[in-house]
Amino acid sequence: MNKNLLWKLALIVGILLIFLFGIFGIPQSFSGQGLIAAMTKRIQLGLDLKGGTHLILQVQVNDAVKVDSDNAVEILKEQLNKRKIAFSDISQPDPQNAPDRVVLKGVPPASRKDLLDIASERLPEYDLSSGADNTFTLSMKPQMLSDLKSKAVTQAIETIRGRIDSLGVSEPTIQEHGLGQYQILVQLPGVDDPERVKYIMQSTAMLEIKQVLGGPYPSEQAALQEKGGMLPPDAMLLPGHAAAGSAGGDQSWYLVSRVSAVRGKDLRDAQASTDQNGQPDVSFTLTGEGGQRFYSFTSAHVGESLGVVLDGRVQEVANIKEAIRDTGTISGGSMNQQQAKDLSMILRSGALPAGIKYLEERTVGPSLGTDSIRAGVRAAVVGMLVVLIFMLIYYRAAGINADIALLLNLVILLGFMGYVGAVLTLPGIAGVILTVGMGVDSNVLIFERIREELRNGKTPPSAVDQGFSHAWITIVDTHVTTIVSAAILFLFGTGPVQGFAVTLTFGLLANLFTAVFVSRAIFDWILSRKQRGEALSI
Amino acid sequence: MEFFRNTNIDFLGKKWYFLAFSLVFSVAGIFSMLFWHGIPYGVDFRGGTLVYVKFSHTPNDNALRAAMDRAGLHNAKIQRYDQPANNEVLIDLDVQETNEQALDRGKTQIINTLETNAPPGKQDLNNSSSLAIKNYLVDKDPMHLGSDADQKYTQQAQAIVDARDKGQGGVLSSFDQLKGTVDPAAAASLPDGFFLSDFGVRNVEIVGPQVGAQLRRQALLATAYSLAGMLIYLGFRFEWIYGVAAVVTVFHDTLITVGAFSLLDKDISLTVIAAILTLIGYSNNDTIVVFDRIRENIKLMRREKLSEVVNRSINQTLSRTILTAGLTFLTVLALYLFGGEVLRGFSLALVIGILIGTYSSIAIAAPILVAYQDWRIEKGKRPIAMPRGK
Repeated sequence: MNKNLLWKLALIVGILLIFLFGIFGIPQSFSGQGLIAAMTKRIQLGLDLKGGTHLILQVQVNDAVKVDSDNAVEILKEQLNKRKIAFSDISQPDPQNAPDRVVLKGVPPASRKDLLDIASERLPEYDLSSGADNTFTLSMKPQMLSDLKSKAVTQAIETIRGRIDSLGVSEPTIQEHGLGQYQILVQLPGVDDPERVKYIMQSTAMLEIKQVLGGPYPSEQAALQEKGGMLPPDAMLLPGHAAAGSAGGDQSWYLVSRVSAVRGKDLRDAQASTDQNGQPDVSFTLTGEGGQRFYSFTSAHVGESLGVVLDGRVQEVANIKEAIRDTGTISGGSMNQQQAKDLSMILRSGALPAGIKYLEERTVGPSLGTDSIRAGVRAAVVGMLVVLIFMLIYYRAAGINADIALLLNLVILLGFMGYVGAVLTLPGIAGVILTVGMGVDSNVLIFERIREELRNGKTPPSAVDQGFSHAWITIVDTHVTTIVSAAILFLFGTGPVQGFAVTLTFGLLANLFTAVFVSRAIFDWILSRKQRGEALSI
Repeated sequence: MEFFRNTNIDFLGKKWYFLAFSLVFSVAGIFSMLFWHGIPYGVDFRGGTLVYVKFSHTPNDNALRAAMDRAGLHNAKIQRYDQPANNEVLIDLDVQETNEQALDRGKTQIINTLETNAPPGKQDLNNSSSLAIKNYLVDKDPMHLGSDADQKYTQQAQAIVDARDKGQGGVLSSFDQLKGTVDPAAAASLPDGFFLSDFGVRNVEIVGPQVGAQLRRQALLATAYSLAGMLIYLGFRFEWIYGVAAVVTVFHDTLITVGAFSLLDKDISLTVIAAILTLIGYSNNDTIVVFDRIRENIKLMRREKLSEVVNRSINQTLSRTILTAGLTFLTVLALYLFGGEVLRGFSLALVIGILIGTYSSIAIAAPILVAYQDWRIEKGKRPIAMPRGK
């Protein structure tokens, strides 16, 4: 064996070992079971194989914009009053589709300059444009608007990640779903209780403490009637749990102040606890600043009522007996221990910047995943055996060469997946099988070419040489086109389909090495052992 | 061993037969897409709810249908799934019953409808999560564990769920089936709080209308980008007409494959699209192998007519074409036969596509080249320039 060949052999064995390590790491035991355990530790299985929940969420980014424009309205009103500028109406004409737009009517032309000052000083993120009849329109600068929306998505991802982490789900995927607008992809392996997780992710967890001005009323109409058909301007009606023994079903309404004394961001901590009757509830503490505000609010309203509002629903109404500094509880109806725990966790993780809506939900039960692995592995083994045996029969000794190349191809593919942490899905297993079917194409191309050259009277060494050099160009062209398709699949697909694209691409890249370099080295070795003029078994 | 040796078949002479064959299948597919089955979009593209249910006994389709109807799910389609011995049923709600405001309402309704004769106050063990089982066990504390109960019962709950899902394929028909893997005291406490329904949910897919439309657009775009990628690469490596010929060929393959799905009324899911994109790459492989040989032979056979060169090239590569196609076909067939129901559509697309893709590189791609050449000569222009070198 010459030096060149030795060097190649060393390289091939080295690569084999490196990728075997990629598949198995250092296994605990070398029994079949031990090897499988070592392998599944390194190569991640996709949701479709191990079971779990896949969700696509839409972040309703307009909610976040609405919060900002509501704030702008407040600032505008305050400033207009301060500078004594008259106006007839201020409104958001299309909160659904253009939540950033605020229309101000009836401003006297003389105050135009003042208004422009307010806008540029206090609302720099808005553009002010004037229309007919002394109407002014305030709308958010496009750059600000898109920043605000993408910030809402990033924040939502962070919040949801915090919540899922505290649920103890292992290896969740939470990322922006690039295929849609403002969507989030959540994958939860092994989660067999999507209802609870979905509830936990979806809760906006907007906590507010408001002054209760009236109620409970059995219905909205009843409340309106009592107030003479008109609500006070700084008050609003919110639904809540019915007080015990009241008529009107399980829902009642409360009249509360628009302004909140305390908001979710004033929360320092929340814990599940039990009240004096042993009923589960959630107690919370406020931050220093929030506590200060709460203290001044409660001292000013001793004897009146306050309400704890969660996601626009009154959970708790209590009489203020004395000034409270920084603690409170939420019980709201009948919570069980699990719900109390979940709620305290949601509150700790903070509020979502915008509501979310579920667009897609897929749950694969573990029983199906187990069956899929079994079927996929069976098909892979059958497919491989067919190819390996056929190559042996058809090309005899050269068939061994092809089979070695194919097996090495498989080792490199799986090892690579182990190294980069790629996920093996059911279509991914199909990709492995297809790699075998398509990978053998390179061998066939080369072998057929060698046979042709031999028929044309070339000597074995020159036929091998010609065969490889002619087939090489074709192999590169065919691999490039397939990898282009796979790359496009990867960009457009999700989950299982991406897994397929990954295995197909890695498999074909490895094939370039095994079918050409390794196979060539084996031929060279065989030729080096043959006498001049001895026939090649192909 | 050798199957083909020095074949000399006049493939180009049979181009009218090929054209007729391709036309019949393309037209049949288009006809079916327009007037018969339409494009059978899977749930990924049309939106809707699919619930895969496994029963512990042979399900009665008519009774199921009646039950769904009573529950107000009038458009529910009920199909048997996989082999009859598996007792699996696929319940399919269309997108009207899949509301984005409450995406999983259809699923909940289906499960509630199937859960007939539930004893009051008991949960269904076959459709309970490990968490629900753990909470029950912690509450009851049948093993008298006291303090570190949480972790122990989490393990027990997981063992129960594993015995159900991995041991019994998703449905328990008797509490005795938990023996051996679950602590006897824990297992014995279950019947007080749980009952066993006759079914388990194996898989749920719910796709809202918005995602469906989004995926439809993306599948089309992906296919278009893939074709454009081929066109550019081949135009760059050969001559633009080679790229055009290859892309027309691949488009023909895609059309016939999708048409076959319509004719057979099989759902086109996301994985089927993945298979079709793979076929675009695969069919191109075949075409490129022939083109490469044409490029090589044009230099060697300067005096021959292009049709002669093309014929010779096809014959020279025939052995490779048939072998590769045969082997790939066999692996894909293994996938179709043994890969399980989940991959059935995917492997069907590959089975059809590999047959068509192999046929078309001989029957469509090469004749296009020759036809273009003939047309140029007729117009009095120079024959096509020799493709660029390697």
